[in-house]
Amino acid sequence: MKIKILRYALLVFVLLITVGPFLWELSTSLKSGSEDIYTSTPNLLPQHPTLDNYSRVADAIPVFRYIGNSLIVAVLVVGGNIVFSTLAGFAIARLRFRGRGIVLGLFLATLVLPGEVTIISQFVTVRDLGLADSLIGVALPMMIAALNVLLLYNAFRALPEDIDQAAIVDGANVWQRLTRVSLPAVRGTIAVVAIFSFIAAWDDFLWPLIVLTSPDKFTLTVGLQYLSGTFAKDQRLVAAGTMIAFLPIALFFALLQRYFFKGVEEGGVKG
Amino acid sequence: MKAHRWFTPWVLVLPALLWLGGFSLWPSINTLRLSFTDAKPLGGGADFVGLRNYTDLFNDSQVWDALLNSIVYMAICLPLLTALPLLIAILVEKPLRGIAFFRTAFYTPVIASAVVVGLIWTWLLDDRGFINNVSQKLHVIQEPLPFLTDRWLVIISAVSLTVWKGLGYYMIVYLAALGNVRQDLHEAAMMDGAGPIRRFWSVTVPAVRSTIFLVSILVCVAALRVFSELYILTGGKGGPGGQDSSLVMLIQQYARGFYGDLGYASALSVLLFVVTLIPMVVLARINSRADR
Repeated sequence: MKIKILRYALLVFVLLITVGPFLWELSTSLKSGSEDIYTSTPNLLPQHPTLDNYSRVADAIPVFRYIGNSLIVAVLVVGGNIVFSTLAGFAIARLRFRGRGIVLGLFLATLVLPGEVTIISQFVTVRDLGLADSLIGVALPMMIAALNVLLLYNAFRALPEDIDQAAIVDGANVWQRLTRVSLPAVRGTIAVVAIFSFIAAWDDFLWPLIVLTSPDKFTLTVGLQYLSGTFAKDQRLVAAGTMIAFLPIALFFALLQRYFFKGVEEGGVKG
Repeated sequence: MKAHRWFTPWVLVLPALLWLGGFSLWPSINTLRLSFTDAKPLGGGADFVGLRNYTDLFNDSQVWDALLNSIVYMAICLPLLTALPLLIAILVEKPLRGIAFFRTAFYTPVIASAVVVGLIWTWLLDDRGFINNVSQKLHVIQEPLPFLTDRWLVIISAVSLTVWKGLGYYMIVYLAALGNVRQDLHEAAMMDGAGPIRRFWSVTVPAVRSTIFLVSILVCVAALRVFSELYILTGGKGGPGGQDSSLVMLIQQYARGFYGDLGYASALSVLLFVVTLIPMVVLARINSRADR
């Protein structure tokens, strides 16, 4: 019993540290212009809660446009990763072919390379394709990540060999074996890939900052940085902007967290 | 019976291989090539300039500042981010009412964009922000500390942000490993009268040692790649006189605009690559020695 209380106390302590800053930002974003936000004893609860700061964000920057831009990038990235990582992961794990080991080795080798190292020449590639300052240019390099190919490779490899043999005897072709036999068994890993790639696309900052130059093409993170640069003194406004960027992804994760933690327990996220 | 035609696997892996070639392998080679040129962000011809970019690196005080920042960053992050997430993982591992809520909540900083958490912390660390106000109220400090403008306090602030954002991520990595710790070892140790601290050192730590090693590599590489935290906390300026820049911030600066220099940015990228190899090699050495 004593240990249980101690555990809860520690859990609440860590909770305050991890979630507290978000609550403070949320509180700031709801405080009206007449309320002092610099009080020496912080007030977590706004005296007169208002959504006024949120509508002011929409006046200061085209925030709905930025949300739309971020969504376009995220949809392309999630779609590309799910489809192409599944195809590649399946082929490497379940089909025998000459050169399979080399292909797998290539995917493993790129994991060591930090993405920032190649970001300049990636920009050169995207620019030479005529895609600089475009949303497609932002999404394109992220559409198939080596890590996701390997995650699905691991998931497919974990399935028993027999199920393929049985399907082959029944005359199933490769496509049927993938869609009817293997795919339903790796749904958890696909969910993890979807969650990871959505978060990666939605949160990315450095790459869109390099690719995009026109303010109307900005994704939400770049637009938010722009907002804070222009209105840095108005903490209520910046707080409302950060909440606009944060709440959708928090909601998205809260809805899918069951699949995420299940995928983790199945060994979806290892090394 | 033939299971598939010879080209079927290649058709399936082709898109992924194209991406790997076009957006990983070729850029690696091209980065090296570009680092010997004077390529510009807006295009146009790029001329071969020999080793000029590399000699410039040596004489650039910002590069030396960035390397020093990276070492300090890594030195603080490494112990904190290998140890704290393990303790938190142990805290949330065993079933308890509401534990799923705590796990999800602890993961929240990970899913938030670095820009979002950077701005939240900018407000917390403001001269008149939460941390300065509360510390003054509690008489820990007399004057507000310049967390966002002092040469070294900026680094400390960014490190705190990185550690805070990383707790949940490495917690998950450790949780996956803790699932494989044999329960009977714990029970046997308990029979022998070993307390929780003793069991932590003699059962848990040896069982997750390879994960501790993995996490320490991930932490080091992440510390060397830091960008958004420093960029947001300093409003993109890199602190007083740009002294608080990281290598990636310098790369980004040279990547843009009319005065940008992709050749120099590429030389910086090559330097970044070499620098990230160092902790990997050193830690791999330590790990293989400990195996013997």
